Amino acid sequence: MKLIKLSILAIILLFIWFAQSHFDAYAVSILNNIAIFAILALSYNLINGVAGQFSLEPNGFVAIGAYVAALFTLPAATKIDMYVLQDPSPLVLAMHTSFLPALLLSGVVAAVIAFMLSIPVFRVRGDYLAIVTLGFGFIIRIFAMNQPAMTNGALGLNDIPDTENLYWSGFIMVVTFVIMLNIIYSKYGRAMKAVRDDEDAATAMGINTFWIKTYAFMTSAFFEGVGGGLMASMLTTIAPDQFTFLLTFQLLIIIVLGGLGSMSGTIVGAILVMGGTEWLRFLDQNMDIFGYNTGAHPGLRMVVFSMLLIVMMLFARKGIFGNKELTDIFRRGK
Amino acid sequence: MDILTFMQQMINGISLGSMYALIAIGYTLVYGVLRLINFAHGDIMMVGAFAAYVAHASGVPFELSVVLAIIVAMITGILTDKIAYKPLRDAPKISLLITAIGISFFLENLFNVLFGGIPRAFSAPDYLTRSIHFEGIIIPMTVIIIPTVTLVLLFVMLWILNKTKYGMAIRSLAFDIPTVKLMGINADFIIMLVFAMGSALAAIGGIFYAISYPSIDPLMGVIVGLKAFAAAVLGGIGSVAGAVIGGFILGFTEIVVVAFMPELGGYKDAFAFIFLILVLLFKPTGIMGQDLERSRF
Repeated sequence: MKLIKLSILAIILLFIWFAQSHFDAYAVSILNNIAIFAILALSYNLINGVAGQFSLEPNGFVAIGAYVAALFTLPAATKIDMYVLQDPSPLVLAMHTSFLPALLLSGVVAAVIAFMLSIPVFRVRGDYLAIVTLGFGFIIRIFAMNQPAMTNGALGLNDIPDTENLYWSGFIMVVTFVIMLNIIYSKYGRAMKAVRDDEDAATAMGINTFWIKTYAFMTSAFFEGVGGGLMASMLTTIAPDQFTFLLTFQLLIIIVLGGLGSMSGTIVGAILVMGGTEWLRFLDQNMDIFGYNTGAHPGLRMVVFSMLLIVMMLFARKGIFGNKELTDIFRRGK
Repeated sequence: MDILTFMQQMINGISLGSMYALIAIGYTLVYGVLRLINFAHGDIMMVGAFAAYVAHASGVPFELSVVLAIIVAMITGILTDKIAYKPLRDAPKISLLITAIGISFFLENLFNVLFGGIPRAFSAPDYLTRSIHFEGIIIPMTVIIIPTVTLVLLFVMLWILNKTKYGMAIRSLAFDIPTVKLMGINADFIIMLVFAMGSALAAIGGIFYAISYPSIDPLMGVIVGLKAFAAAVLGGIGSVAGAVIGGFILGFTEIVVVAFMPELGGYKDAFAFIFLILVLLFKPTGIMGQDLERSRF
């Protein structure tokens, strides 16, 4: 039992090592992307799938994580050169740590902001969470644009040290996966599922629904912040317009496809959606259909993906895994 | 700040507030009946504006293209309900919300593919775009026409809701759908009616928006929709009069704050969000609202 789990873990780590050292740069970058999106989607699934509170927050928290990690890893000299709109504030110059503490700080800042958002939102029933988090994504952008002393405004941050590689993203993905599974099977996870299935009954059972929802939301935000930090280091350049709703939408497709509430499904969904996005790239470009040139259609891929989402919701609401986990195979006897 | 500038800003605030109000009514009606945040509502406004643009650009007189735009928006609204929301009436609410966001994203990207993401100039006839000069204040015709039309539509809506049989059915659906069905009312038809009315108002709001900021693009509905929803919550979600009050408050705040504190201009789009948070913190039922969570039971 334990042996099987450990060997799966060993195979994954071995694969990460093999891919990083043997695959070509393009394949590694796709795998890197899949791993980061898997981290984001795993945490997004906790609030949406497990706790059942529809939220559209990832782009906001990823942006926060990316900015925090970037500001903490950039050396002061680079910052002084880069900030042309306004001189960087002394606070920005003082921020400097190595990569790992910067990642953790990204997560902590995102989680603190999640806590502040959950006070107004979870006092009423979860309905407003979706619209408040959707608005939050825009607000973060507005603040990033209008605080040039902090964020360098619309120009964004460049030359972020690219410490990140497949070891970082792959290892953090595995850690996130294990933590999420442990949360699901803990008493907090059961409480989250109870809130999802019937909030009134959960309250009657003595569950503090406000805290359970806040806990789920903050945990999601923490890992989204960390994922954002990884993303900043992978891309080496970030700007306010980069973290749009498109990011949230991709994650939503991943968790719906994989199965709301299933962490194993989320990994499969991340591979399918991110792989599919690469594969469907031809849709956005010129096409010759029976000699007729269609011209480039940027956005056609997203039309396909949004139709996929609607069709999934109408006809296959459970997704690939439902709310089962791969490890449930081993749990049958219990 | 002299009195003339002040008057000028007030007039602008009324005009902006009316647009938010028209769109907020659609949110509040659908939320009242289905408890659904209809994310696609802002995009239906965009569809309406684009329909008017396409019709006008292909030679249809402006007045007729407005009518066509309203019809197109109504059809879009009804279709989203029939295709995407109706099969999910009994499903968990999260499925409905995910479908709503899917429809919203679908419409945005479809129009992005069809028309491209670059803003297009929206031309309106001269009698709508010219300005009159009165005692030193410049009054664009739009700021007279938009609030007038909004108020007329508000009274029509209130009349439909409070004085007609259909209005009674809509109000009763807000309380208890199964019981309403038992009373022999065709609930699906009434819900269709709600979507049609909301979409028609959204189309009018969209055309007003397109005339005031004379350009349209596929993403124009996102921010406006978000603000209109905040306005609906501020006024008390479920209440049509509340949506209008909320829309006016939001429109005034945006104009006045930017006029008196220009350094906050960049944060203009953030006010709606701050309002939303404050309302949820201190008075979740809004100005005119009743507690919808309780009224279900």
